[in-house]
Amino acid sequence: MSQMSSSPVIPVRTLLPWSVAVPVLLIVAYLVTMDSAGVLASSGDFLHELMHDGRHLLGVPCH
Amino acid sequence: MIKDFFLRGLGAGAVAGLLAGLFGFLVGEPFIDQAIAIEEAAAGAGHSHADELVSRGGQAFGLFLATTLYGIVIGGLFALAYAFVKGRFGPANGQTLAVTLAAGGFLAVVLVPFLKYPGNPPAVGDPDTIGQRTVLYLVMLVIGLLALGAGAVIHRRFGWVAAVPAFLVIVGVAYAVLPAIQEVPAEFPAVLLWNFRVSSLGMQAVLWGVLGSVFALLSARQRVRV
Repeated sequence: MSQMSSSPVIPVRTLLPWSVAVPVLLIVAYLVTMDSAGVLASSGDFLHELMHDGRHLLGVPCH
Repeated sequence: MIKDFFLRGLGAGAVAGLLAGLFGFLVGEPFIDQAIAIEEAAAGAGHSHADELVSRGGQAFGLFLATTLYGIVIGGLFALAYAFVKGRFGPANGQTLAVTLAAGGFLAVVLVPFLKYPGNPPAVGDPDTIGQRTVLYLVMLVIGLLALGAGAVIHRRFGWVAAVPAFLVIVGVAYAVLPAIQEVPAEFPAVLLWNFRVSSLGMQAVLWGVLGSVFALLSARQRVRV
């Protein structure tokens, strides 16, 4: 019966309002992984330097 | 229901990010330290680190902060992708779908860009090309996602026998067309580079693996309760 546990398809209409979460999440991702010359880097480099090792190990271009 | 998925994704992502951070701290940090030692030796005796913004200890803490935030972001996006593909693509069983989707995400978001533009330890990479390298990395990531999506659509109609070659052709053409980047200094130790890159890939594997598993476990609990 475990195959029957799946619920029906969620209509795109219902999903669409949740798409506003995507840019918000992507901004956080940008601040963590990118931003080598952007907002945080210019605001004193602190957060950029703080997350330096994470960025290297996450495999994104760092410097 | 989407709210449940979303919160589940954020929670599973936070756990995945923390555990990935622990893996990175135990496995990856020693290689970063070795690379920084090489970087400092190359910079010469006149190079002082007294004015560093964040100490090496602080950066180790920052590793956990970075992986946890990254995990939460991936978890949220994963949950929304899960809500969309559920019943449309992939396995009918919710838990199998969660694990399959995590494997697909790792493939498209991590492995595809990694094989073309692998991450580098400190002391590798020309700061002047960071913009170009970042764009190429993101292009490769988007191509990975497009190839995965194309694979899913083709799989639904024609099965694996067509989906796998389609995925490989899309990624392979992108690999062939996009420019290569070679900025590893000739004198940088090959073993250290390899170890760093394997630990980087391992950390991402932990993140996506835990994300898929915890999301599936939380789905199972939810189903029992309802």
